[in-house]
This record gives sequence, C-alpha cells and structure tokens, in this order.
Amino acid sequence: MIDYLIIPVIKFVVIFGVCLFFIVYTTWLERKALGHFQLRLGPMRVGYHGLLQPIADGIKNFFKEEVIPENADKAVFVLAPVISISAAIILLAVIPFGNPITIFGKEITLYLANPSIGVLFILGFATLGAYGTILGGWSSGNKYGYMGGLRASAMIISYELSMAFSVIAIIMMSGSFSLVDMVHAQQEGIWNIIRQPVAFFVFFISGIAELNRIPFDMPEAESELCCGYNVEYSSMKFALFFLAEYTHLFVFASLVTTLFLGGWQGPILPGVVWFFIKTFVIIFICIWIRATIPRLRYDKVMKLEWKFMLPVAIANVIVTGAVLALLG
Amino acid sequence: MEKSEIIVVSKGRTEKGHYVKPILIGLAFTLKNFFTRPVTLQYPDQKTKRSERWRGLHRLNVDESGALKCVACGLCAAICPSKAITVIPYEAEGQTRYPEKFIIDELRCIFCGFCQEVCPKGAISLSKIYDYVDYNRENCIFDIEKLKNPDQFEFKG
Repeated sequence: MIDYLIIPVIKFVVIFGVCLFFIVYTTWLERKALGHFQLRLGPMRVGYHGLLQPIADGIKNFFKEEVIPENADKAVFVLAPVISISAAIILLAVIPFGNPITIFGKEITLYLANPSIGVLFILGFATLGAYGTILGGWSSGNKYGYMGGLRASAMIISYELSMAFSVIAIIMMSGSFSLVDMVHAQQEGIWNIIRQPVAFFVFFISGIAELNRIPFDMPEAESELCCGYNVEYSSMKFALFFLAEYTHLFVFASLVTTLFLGGWQGPILPGVVWFFIKTFVIIFICIWIRATIPRLRYDKVMKLEWKFMLPVAIANVIVTGAVLALLG
Repeated sequence: MEKSEIIVVSKGRTEKGHYVKPILIGLAFTLKNFFTRPVTLQYPDQKTKRSERWRGLHRLNVDESGALKCVACGLCAAICPSKAITVIPYEAEGQTRYPEKFIIDELRCIFCGFCQEVCPKGAISLSKIYDYVDYNRENCIFDIEKLKNPDQFEFKG
C-alpha cells in the first residue's frame, strides 16, 4: 500500500512542485540575464531585484480578457495549449534527479519512473508537444499563426532527426535506453561530453532548434510573423504556451545534463544539488546564445540541418559503432 | 553569356564555416557585457547628475528678511520670447515696488533662461527640477507662492 500509492503520490507532488518552481523562476532568470547581457538591469520593481515578478505575471495573466477569434476552430484552439503543456510536463516523470535516498528505512528513488525506453519516451513526448504549436497556429484562423504552425512542423521534422541520431551514439556507449543506466555508465568519471563531443554539439544545437529558441525561433519570428503561432492567444492560454516552452527548456537542459554531463554525479555536494547546478548552467548557456546570435533566415536553418547536422550525426553514429565493434 | 541578374554582395562570405569565428567573438562580447555594471538608473529613486547651469522650473529668490527680491521692473516679461511671464506691479507711497502678481505659464515657457540673465536684482533664477507633471493645465500656471518654493514639485515616485 505504502510502496504503491502513498510514496509515489508524495514523490509526484514534490517533484512536480520543485520543478514547476524552477521552471517559473527560469522566466525570471531569463529576463534578468538578458538584461545584464544588454547592460540593463531587468526586472527590479516587484520584490527584491524583481524576485516576485513571475507571481505578478501569473496573477496578471489570470485576470486578462480571454479572446477567441471568430475564424478560429474553437475546439482545437482551446485544446492546443493543453496538448502543449501536458506533453511538456509529462517529460518531468522520467528525469533522474539524483541517487536513491533513504528516509525512515525506506529507499526512495529520485525519479517518478524509470522505463527501459526512457530516451525514446522523452523524444516521443517532446515531439508531441510540437502538435500543440502546430495545431494552435493552424486553428487560430490567422495567416501569421498559420505560417508559424507550418514552420513549427517543418522544424520538428528536420531537427528531430539529428537529435535522435546524436542520442543513438550515447545509447551505444551506455548499452541501454534507460536514463538511469546512462548516468551509471558515466560513473568512471569520464563524462559523455568528452567521449562524444560531436554528439554533444549536434544534440545541443538541434535541441535549441527543437525548443524554438533564438537563433532558431522560426515559429514565432517576431519581426516576420509578429509572434507566429501564438499571435491570437491571450490570457492564461498564452501563459500555458509560455510555460510549456520553459518546461521544454528545463527538460532539455536536464537531458543534456543526464546524457552528457554525468547526471547527478559530482564531488562533495549531494547529487540533487549537482543536478540542478548543471541544469542551470545549460539554461544559462541557452540564454547566453539567445542574447548573442540573431535569428537565421528560414532556408539557412533548413540548410544547416539537412546539409550539415544530419550527415555529421549519421557519420558520428557510424564511427562510434565501428570503434565500439573494434574495441570489442 | 547573358549578364546574370543575381548580385553577389560579398564573395568572401560564401566560404564554408565563415560564421563560426564571428559567433565566438559575439559570445565573448556578450559575456563581457554580462559582467559589466549595467548603465541603467532606477529613475525615480536615482537621478542623473544635472549640470550646474541646468534650466528647470523658475524660482523667485527672497532676501534675508524673507521678502521677494523682485522689484517688478518687468524686464523679464519684456524679454520673454514666448510671453510666458506676466508681472503686475504695485507701488505704495515711499516704499519699494513689489509685484502684486507674478505669473509664469510653465506650459508656454521654453526654458531659455533669458529672464534669469536679464534680471537686475537676481530675483528670478532657474532651478534644476525637470520632471514636474500635473493632471490639468491650470496647475501648470505658477503664481508667487508656487514660484517661491519650486522644490516641492520634484517628482519622487
């Protein structure tokens, strides 16, 4: 009873709450860091150095007027943010946050689930999240939204490939699809970022493209599509899209940590702390890239994927396989 | 061969991987900015340092006894290019002239500082207050009482 009901529920509440807290404060971090990158201060007014800003934003979004455009396909229009946020949050279930800990003589694992196909689960649901973007753009009855949805679908077809191929190399190194096994495979102290630099490079760039972040933010290019797929969304529906985007960012950063940076492993400090330190370093790098590089032209983005990233990722898989076969 | 309509902007840019080095330079630049002090001032709490010669709201100066220095000669009203100053003098028998009414329309004023320069008694000067705002036009027409103490109109947030 305790093992099958109470502990999982408590774990669910804690993991969900902590992660949502970090995700909400990622928005604060992004605004603050972007400000300092541009010699500004960022949010300063609400609370100490704007620390209450995410809460203020949430309250504001709750009381905003809800607009559903006349041309919109109403059912899909309402459904799209829900698909987006649920497909994003479900990813938190399989991320391993740390070593098993012992409380009251019971061993508790710091993840909700450890399916033997953990990586495939994440790749699959991350792609499902793009349906929210695509359907939201298409159903809003707006040309800009439609263009944004089209671009989102094109991005997801192309960058998903190189992302998956770069993960294949990691799967071969660790001999398992499970994220926990991948962390254990890096236990000797050599992280996958050293053993697989090419896969890290490809995974990182395709990941940023999958997240639709600058410099690959094709579906919501402000200057061309005036916010693209979410142009017709207002109030809490927009906030859900926003939250889904940052959840994806958090999951991407924790995935990079797990696959390439040795997961929760590290000296002195407990594993969970190391996990969040590494995750936020990756998030900071994403923000840093956003603050530096302007958006690529649409055809250049496609060219980068099909002519560079995908061949490199496939070559990496072949070379890794050959080396592993030769070493036995 | 016909002349191509495609304009080659820069031939050097077509080589492979030309964008890697600029991206790295850009990343280094933004990271340097991240650790630099921001240039932003928190406006109502902090204000920029204004010059000693800044021309803001007008002030009517008083002497040691607390009486206005102004003798209502009307030179400031005469020189004012935007006709913002109205002076109505009053002179009792055997006493100095003083202004019965001294009205400055702060909406008309262009803050050129001519009144300050022309005044023979140093009775009018321009303070450093630049951010006075109000909700209606009547409040922006200043009489003697307001002009004596313009510091009360400094915006404090």
